[in-house]
Amino acid sequence: MDYTPDACLSRGSSETRNTTCYMCACRCGIRVHLRDGEVRYIEGNPDHPLNKGVICAKGASGIMKQYSPARLTRPLRRKAGAARGDNDFEPISWGEAFDILEERLRHLRETDPKKFALFTGRDQMQALTGLFARQFGTPNYAAHGGFCSVNMAAGMIYTIGGSFWEFGGPDLDRARLFVMIGTAEDHHSNPLKIAISKFKRAGGKFISINPVRTGYSAIADEWVPIRPGTDGALLLALTRELVDNALFDREFLVRYTNAAQLVNMDESSPEFGMFVRTEVPEEEGCFDPQNKLWWDRHRQCEVLTHSEGADPRLLGEYRLKDGTPVKTAFQLLVERLADYTPEWAAGITGIPVDRIRRLAHEMGVTARDQKIELPIAWTDAWGNDHDCVTGNPVAFHAMRGLAAHSNGFHTIRALSILMTVLGTIDRPGGFRHKAPFPRPIPPCAKPPRVPEAVRANRALEGLALGWPAEPDDLFVDENGGPVRIDKAFSWEYPLSVHGMMHNVITNAVRGDPYRIDTLMLFMANMAWNSTMNTEGVRAMLNERDENGEYKIPFIVVSDAFQSETVAFADLVLPDTTYLERHDVMSILDRPISEFDGPVDSVRIPVVPPKGECKPFQEVLIELASRLKLPSFVDETGERKYRDYPEFIVRYETEPGSGIGFLAGWRGKGGEKFMAGEPNPNQWQMYEKNNCVFHYELPRSYQYMRNWNRGYLDWAKRHRLVRYDEPILVHVYSEVLQQFRLAAQGKSETRQPPDHLRDRVAYYFDPLPFYYEPLEAQVTDKQRYPLSAITQRPMAMYHSWDSQNAWLRQIHSHNYLYVSPALGRTHGFDDGDWIWVESQWGRVRCMCRFSEAVEPGTVWTWNAIGKSPGAWALAPDADESRRGFLLNHVISDELPGAGDMRISNSDPVTGQAGWYDVRVRVYRSEQDEARETAPRFEPLRAVPGQAGERPGWLGYFAGRVRSGDAK
Amino acid sequence: MHPAFSVIFLTILIGAGQGLFLALYLSELLASSGGLNMPDGRLYVAGGVLSVALLAAGLAASFFHLGHPERAWRTATCWRTSWLSREVIALPAAMACTAAWTIAHAVGWDLSILGIDSMRPLDLSLVIGAAGIVVTFALFLCTGMIYACIKFVAEWATPLTVLNFTLLGSASGFTLATALSSWLEGEAMTTILGAWAMALTFTGALTRFASLLRNDRLKPRSSLQSAIGIRHSKIVQRAQGATAGSFNTREFFHHAAPRIYRSMRLVFMVLTFVAPLALLIPGVMLSSTALFAAACVLQLAGLVAERWYFFAQANHPQNLYYQYVS
Amino acid sequence: MTQLALVIDLNVCVGCHACVTSCKEWNTSGVAGYLSDDNPYDADPTGTFFNRVQTFEVGEFPDTETVHFPKSCLHCEDPPCVPVCPTGASYKRPEDGIVLVDYDKCIGCKYCSWACPYGARELDEHQKVMKKCTLCVDRIYDESIPAAERRPACVNACPTSARLFGDIHDPESEVSRAIREQGGYPLMPEWGTRPANHYLPRRRTNITVHEDELVRADNPLKKERDDEHEPVRGHTLDDVTTW
Ligand SMILES: Nc1nc2c(c(=O)[nH]1)N[C@H]1C(S)=C(S)[C@@H](COP(=O)(O)OP(=O)(O)OC[C@H]3O[C@@H](n4cnc5c(=O)[nH]c(N)nc54)[C@H](O)[C@@H]3O)O[C@H]1N2
Ligand SMILES: Nc1nc2c(c(=O)[nH]1)N[C@H]1C(S)=C(S)[C@@H](COP(=O)(O)OP(=O)(O)OC[C@H]3O[C@@H](n4cnc5c(=O)[nH]c(N)nc54)[C@H](O)[C@@H]3O)O[C@H]1N2
Ligand code: SF4
Ligand code: SF4
Ligand code: SF4
Ligand code: SF4
Ligand code: SF4
Ligand SMILES: [Mo]
Repeated sequence: MDYTPDACLSRGSSETRNTTCYMCACRCGIRVHLRDGEVRYIEGNPDHPLNKGVICAKGASGIMKQYSPARLTRPLRRKAGAARGDNDFEPISWGEAFDILEERLRHLRETDPKKFALFTGRDQMQALTGLFARQFGTPNYAAHGGFCSVNMAAGMIYTIGGSFWEFGGPDLDRARLFVMIGTAEDHHSNPLKIAISKFKRAGGKFISINPVRTGYSAIADEWVPIRPGTDGALLLALTRELVDNALFDREFLVRYTNAAQLVNMDESSPEFGMFVRTEVPEEEGCFDPQNKLWWDRHRQCEVLTHSEGADPRLLGEYRLKDGTPVKTAFQLLVERLADYTPEWAAGITGIPVDRIRRLAHEMGVTARDQKIELPIAWTDAWGNDHDCVTGNPVAFHAMRGLAAHSNGFHTIRALSILMTVLGTIDRPGGFRHKAPFPRPIPPCAKPPRVPEAVRANRALEGLALGWPAEPDDLFVDENGGPVRIDKAFSWEYPLSVHGMMHNVITNAVRGDPYRIDTLMLFMANMAWNSTMNTEGVRAMLNERDENGEYKIPFIVVSDAFQSETVAFADLVLPDTTYLERHDVMSILDRPISEFDGPVDSVRIPVVPPKGECKPFQEVLIELASRLKLPSFVDETGERKYRDYPEFIVRYETEPGSGIGFLAGWRGKGGEKFMAGEPNPNQWQMYEKNNCVFHYELPRSYQYMRNWNRGYLDWAKRHRLVRYDEPILVHVYSEVLQQFRLAAQGKSETRQPPDHLRDRVAYYFDPLPFYYEPLEAQVTDKQRYPLSAITQRPMAMYHSWDSQNAWLRQIHSHNYLYVSPALGRTHGFDDGDWIWVESQWGRVRCMCRFSEAVEPGTVWTWNAIGKSPGAWALAPDADESRRGFLLNHVISDELPGAGDMRISNSDPVTGQAGWYDVRVRVYRSEQDEARETAPRFEPLRAVPGQAGERPGWLGYFAGRVRSGDAK
Repeated sequence: MHPAFSVIFLTILIGAGQGLFLALYLSELLASSGGLNMPDGRLYVAGGVLSVALLAAGLAASFFHLGHPERAWRTATCWRTSWLSREVIALPAAMACTAAWTIAHAVGWDLSILGIDSMRPLDLSLVIGAAGIVVTFALFLCTGMIYACIKFVAEWATPLTVLNFTLLGSASGFTLATALSSWLEGEAMTTILGAWAMALTFTGALTRFASLLRNDRLKPRSSLQSAIGIRHSKIVQRAQGATAGSFNTREFFHHAAPRIYRSMRLVFMVLTFVAPLALLIPGVMLSSTALFAAACVLQLAGLVAERWYFFAQANHPQNLYYQYVS
Repeated sequence: MTQLALVIDLNVCVGCHACVTSCKEWNTSGVAGYLSDDNPYDADPTGTFFNRVQTFEVGEFPDTETVHFPKSCLHCEDPPCVPVCPTGASYKRPEDGIVLVDYDKCIGCKYCSWACPYGARELDEHQKVMKKCTLCVDRIYDESIPAAERRPACVNACPTSARLFGDIHDPESEVSRAIREQGGYPLMPEWGTRPANHYLPRRRTNITVHEDELVRADNPLKKERDDEHEPVRGHTLDDVTTW
């Protein structure tokens, strides 16, 4: 055997193509090497701004996804007589599939468009799916955000005008202290890993606040184990300690936030709790007029904010000339913090008092004493020139450990305010935005306000998802009842800005608020890992009414693989994989922007579609054309776009707007960006440029963007935003106060139904506060003393990767990790079979002892457990016998006040409370089966599934391999 | 380590074959030195054939251990460094010597066929046998050293390993020879062989027991601390990186229930040593072929258990890296 | 003499397994391929991997460290796996110190794996030959690969750049410097195998805040206090004494 360079060389690959990975939502650039048409090697693209050449475990296993036997290859129809869940299908042609869909959807559109619901899971094309739904005319559209991390988006965007992940992130190049809270793997997987390691190497201190120490937390310099759901208490106590010790950035708070603005304290006024406004000449098209007041400490009277020479008080209680009692917003915050002492927080979080104090001191002192000064001149929104950009090098990052609790919105507000108090918003070493953020608070897009926005044969008036700024922005009927099937934007969950997919099936089956006809699911495994109350939901999908009709009459699933949800479909649309299709990571959606400017990217097919697989994009374009949805046909009703690539190039948000899905190489010859006429060669230009468009802002536009004249003008000029006013941080949230006033019956806006008044009034607090997660409030904590949470394994993506022959060898099954002390007191040992039981149900699993977990917490990897036979796995595969799904013990609903049922969600945003469940654990009896329970009937393979399950595999690209069929 | 039956049978079969040859040659020596009546050829021919057959069976068993038996010839190439390679040379050599010795007996050759003036009958077999003895001991050495030279496996890395392979192989061979002799030969020879068999079994018991004692007291040289280079008194593995195991968990672990593992030790001590002795003693007194045959069978069975335990007890430092599925 | 090696920085390894699968992916279709997998879709899936990432827990709650620990063949300078091989299939290349297996010679006797204390060798159950990390010998000299990427697949993949690659005999190389400056150490030094691969230990950064730094002269709260100018009520010494 010859290992000489020459011999090795001859086995190299023959063809290389760039595209974008989709083994997860991170969207790294990849180079795919092919040999004789087969994928030989997938590596990170070194010229890609996001991942700079690195790849992750999933990305490097793309081959095993591409050639997975779980691939669907033909459109399928549930056999007459077969029940949902039986996985008993007959193959049909695409022609038939389209005819079925066209007929059904046309009828719905002509009668009642909201009876069609389109919900998408880990979708990266929400711009298109959203457009389709809107043009169809249904309000019942959302993606996974509601059960994913909407608290993180809403909590921060309603506070600082941006958030983590695609919206912004920690500037670890310059930070000296990095605090990561409740993050296991995150969406920004590779960039975050790159950044953390650089940060650590540069000698910064990395603190991880997490009940569990794995993954990133493993390499933290300090691990702060916290009890789940209690971060709000910690963050508030930290803020208190900072303020107490005067470790806040006064200058920043005064100029760039609403902290010094005066709040009306006149309880009898309808304006109570609102900022006092004064008359100023109104500017045109202004979302947030600069008409609020400061208390000038020199002149001892109120002045217009940002008046020349004024130096406002941050604290204090004053009386205006007209006699109105006022307090500064910061004064209200400090009063709020009064009771949130470190001692108080220690009792709740389990973190010792001294440690809380020390953490605050480290943050405060680092922020104050290690100031960064960059020689970058910039001009602020009030016209003041600054000769440098400064920063306080304390950076935070947080994800679902904060978000996935029913108190997460306020916790995340607390975090945003802590970051603000330290003065770290869009400054070097702190948090930095990514285009198109920052946006006005809240952003301008609004959901429709009235049921009449939904009309037969019409596009939806308004956007299915948006950002309510006041009670009048809610999408409710005249009784205050919900219009959407998921009850998003109703008084139950007013700021559910990403929708509430986790409510859809339950609501639709119950007919609450109404029944729907067709539910289309794209890329969401709602019969398994993305649903709470999994067993119940599976039963509901099969539930029939008195007439023997399914309560959800028609379910369409677009998937690329034989998932658990496919089994419940009436019609299955086999999608392509990411290596087989065109795709855009659009600026209209969530682009992959960097701190230094907007970036968007595309996928280019590198291999032909397998079997009859068809990109879902093409399915939508075809359907939209057949249904003659306005944007997809010309004036004569003729189809406008041949296919998806052409659609991407030619579509403009309105004729001549110059805004389309892609920001790069616009204009006839590709000379423009952001806005410009369609460019027929846009795809080729992306392809030539590593499939990305990256615009680097001038340096003076890269910081302080909320208040940066240059940037704001630039953003407006390039149509990123409508307004160019400064975006002051909402330390005090008037938006929330308006909802509270409505609930208290004090304002003239829409009012909540009576049964929700107390709830809205309580949770819509303009200042962050701590409350126990809803589930804990209705749990007997003596009986269920433990918190149960999940984490993402770095080498698996939700349910997708169990079909992946390489990845599943790393995690073929999962365990429940418990502290050894806990196990011993409960009489079981490492490796034993145990039950984990909540008040909603129980699951049998194996346990592992771990010292790296807060003793009141148990945890497991997310979505490893599978239903037998799904994903082309053998019925006795580890995933379905030894692995388990925690979702069975998580309820989608909780008892509310009276006999009300409420969603197990944050009362402000509708974020699913995944990590609130309380459990107990005990040994499984000797005579009980040594396998997980509940366990379902094994699924059979479906027609056209990509092939036999080989007994062994010896993958060698471009060469015949052997493997005995099993 | 995982006890592979191919290797268990290889070592047991060739050990018995070697021991049998030693016994036969010893009896020939004794006889030719006048201490005993020279047996008629039947014992030597039958014994020789059996010995060669055992060696061949061992060799055959070893092929089951190879992924590519068709390339087995390559194994002879690295005798300078590899005990395995040396064994591969010594084993056929031992077979050749034993076979030649047997043929010499069968055909009644003497040195005259080499043109040397024959002084006494069977002198050729004595000469071939002498070479056979050297090769046989060399083979014991090679087989033992294959294990003893793996310094990482402390249970093996001791001269006792070579000694045990030699003594246990010899003991089983002598027991076999005793049974053969009792069947084909007279009492005198049987008694002597039986005495040797008892002595070897007894000594083997002592040395094997010594190795057990030694192994029980071994302190592993490597620890999790040195394996991952972190100094801390409490380190545990949390995940070995593959939930369903790998070559490393198949090859280096016995996977037997602790109960079975523990009882195997008693089983082999009884079967290999106690039972054969308990049968050989009355066997010699009663001249009972049946008892000898029974001793023989039990001892060989015991050796299967002994070899199994020999592997199972061996704790490889690589195991530090592969302990925990999660 | 050159000795190529990997140096793995435990200080930044987050245990992501990127090095595991990128290794598998490169090598299964490379000179060392294929790398077979058994039961790929059944119970107990298992297969040949050259590189594994393991996890260890050090200490007891709450003073727990979680250590992710990637391990492949360490390309020992005195490799015990080589001399024991009866066929010469295992060898160490003099020119760059890479320890390789010649599949055409290997008989799959597994003996070399017994002689590796690190558990770095794996028998491929279908090709029936011994396999192990090749240090991507079919990448690192391949001139069709851009020079900057002419490194092992796992090194290119690693998102935290926890894997350094180079010649540890060249004192000026990145790897030698890292070993020297960051306390790089070999595994199981007690066996004298002199592994070429080294590991860099965890380093912990602390911040010390002295009490007297907490509140400083420019204390912003000062601006919120009125007491400096407030008239004093009641007596002061000024009111009651005469000098
Ligand atoms: N490899 C991989 N990457 C993924 C995914 C995947 O499945 N696999 N999924 C993607 C998706 S959809 C998402 S939403 C993101 C999510 O990214 P993350 O938010 O990082 O993911 P989770 O695993 O939900 O992590 C939650 C973390 O919070 C901790 N935690 C739980 N409760 C609390 C708490 O109350 N307080 C604190 N401080 N910590 C807590 C958990 O221990 C865990 O470490 O990851 C994305 N990236
Ligand atoms: N217990 C617990 N449950 C959770 C969470 C948790 O932390 N704990 N996290 C929640 C979160 S944050 C999220 S985002 C959800 C995620 O849950 P889901 O949105 O359901 O995501 P996945 O399971 O990744 O995949 C959904 C489906 O997409 C399919 N798919 C993959 N690639 C393609 C493709 O190219 N085309 C098409 N059409 N389909 C494809 C897969 O086969 C799969 O059936 O899970 C939620 N569930
Ligand atoms: S993080 Fe991994 S799976 Fe996700 S896009 Fe990047 S390479 Fe692909
Ligand atoms: S690590 Fe093991 S296989 Fe690699 S050279 Fe050293 S002894 Fe040989
Ligand atoms: S398995 Fe192959 S490489 Fe290993 S010792 Fe045997 S012949 Fe040599
Ligand atoms: S150097 Fe190459 S063969 Fe070795 S572990 Fe890394 S990727 Fe695998
Ligand atoms: S790729 Fe890097 S960070 Fe990930 S496990 Fe391997 S060495 Fe560690
Ligand atoms: Mo998510």
